[in-house]
Amino acid sequence: MPFLFYLCALIALLAAWQVIRGVNAMHALLYLIVVLLAIALMFFMLGAPFAAALEVIIYAGAIMVLMVFVIMMLNQGDSAVGQERAWRAGRIWRGPALLCAVLLAQLGYLLLPAVVSADAAAVDAVAVGRALYGPYLLLVELASMLLLAALVGAWHLTRVLKHRPGEEV
Amino acid sequence: MADVGVIVARVLSLLGLLIVSAALLTWLERRLLGLWQDRYGPNRVGPFGILQVVADMLKLLGKHEFVPHFADRPVFVLAPAIVLVTVLLTFVIIPFTPAFPLVDMNIGLLFFLAMTSLAVYGILLGGYASNNKYALLGALRSAAQTLSYEVFMGLSLLGVVLQAGSFSLGRIVEAQQGLWFCVPQFLGMLLFLFAGIAQSHRLPFDLPEAEHELTAGFHTEYSGMKFGMFFLAEYLGVILVSSLMTALFFGGWLGPVLPGWLWFVLKTGVFVVLFVLMRAALPRPRYDQLMRFGWKCLLPLALLNLIVTGWVLL
Repeated sequence: MPFLFYLCALIALLAAWQVIRGVNAMHALLYLIVVLLAIALMFFMLGAPFAAALEVIIYAGAIMVLMVFVIMMLNQGDSAVGQERAWRAGRIWRGPALLCAVLLAQLGYLLLPAVVSADAAAVDAVAVGRALYGPYLLLVELASMLLLAALVGAWHLTRVLKHRPGEEV
Repeated sequence: MADVGVIVARVLSLLGLLIVSAALLTWLERRLLGLWQDRYGPNRVGPFGILQVVADMLKLLGKHEFVPHFADRPVFVLAPAIVLVTVLLTFVIIPFTPAFPLVDMNIGLLFFLAMTSLAVYGILLGGYASNNKYALLGALRSAAQTLSYEVFMGLSLLGVVLQAGSFSLGRIVEAQQGLWFCVPQFLGMLLFLFAGIAQSHRLPFDLPEAEHELTAGFHTEYSGMKFGMFFLAEYLGVILVSSLMTALFFGGWLGPVLPGWLWFVLKTGVFVVLFVLMRAALPRPRYDQLMRFGWKCLLPLALLNLIVTGWVLL
């Protein structure tokens, strides 16, 4: 089991590297989907099958589909690949690299045996539901209001304007 | 190690059975269409034309595997495999008998939803990689259609999950001991049927490949066995939705006298024939009609079903 876990982690890391390094937007997105699937498998092995299923259904299955959808509509050709390659060079790496280095250092510190607490338990659907509709109820309601606002906004942007009588078309 | 041998044997036998029945379904569909449309259908090769399947397969295998030079080659090759693999993977959770779901997961239904949402990629990427306007339009339509109908599919299943108290298909079938869920969850059953047809993009919801306007939609550029894989996946999808209907709403293996697996096969067979009948009888709606029907009619109904079920149970 640990072997499979680390294999998944390795796949996720390699695919993530390809996401950053790739110049073809569509191929980079496909690698990102691989990252999400690998992470879902890791959740599964850690004893959180519900989180794993949601990871696949929501992230890999819905959000990424929309991204692929948009990139498909843009129909980027070789010029976009060339542009991406040109952006790649030079100082642009410094900021993100610095921030990532900080994160990496934090991760290393958290993995020290003295810091980590080994009381990780399996979190199933019931436990997630209890937490969401118990102590975090207010946050759930706030998120639903935010989503409602987004829904109304989307409807407003795409509504069909009625043609009034006596008006030039 | 004997365990591994048993598991491998079960997986291989299920795989063989599924592929053979999907292939036979192509013949059955054409014969039934012939019957309902007052013509013969394929009746020349072998008894009742049943060997037509073999002839078609040989023809597909003999075709030139053509990848257009303007296509995105790796993605183009990957797309049909994604569709086929996701459909086949979903079959591991189908409880044919109490002892024969390959895996009885406690997140069974969620696994099904996850796999259907991944299957979209096959179509989407097939359309994108073909680099052809008909394929692109077909893929765009299929993405929008599948994403929308996935929402009602999930919601329509929640009524069943509430009543059974579990996502596991085995537990859901056992919960139907006294009364099949098609009675208390009648609305949920109808919604799942609509969503299932849309997910497997069969007529009347086959707009991603509508022949009269998009040549063949997302698989316009595909030929040979790559086309065969799309084709096989479509028929496997029909079998999948039919067997899920059986397991979720019509008591799965439950039934008097006959053995459980036979009940399952019989019930599934009825739905498969229903799929073919719908193809023979119904015209194809316009794309915007399909989307409007989904969002303005099915979504509120699915929510209503969920609310009423929750209210009754509480």
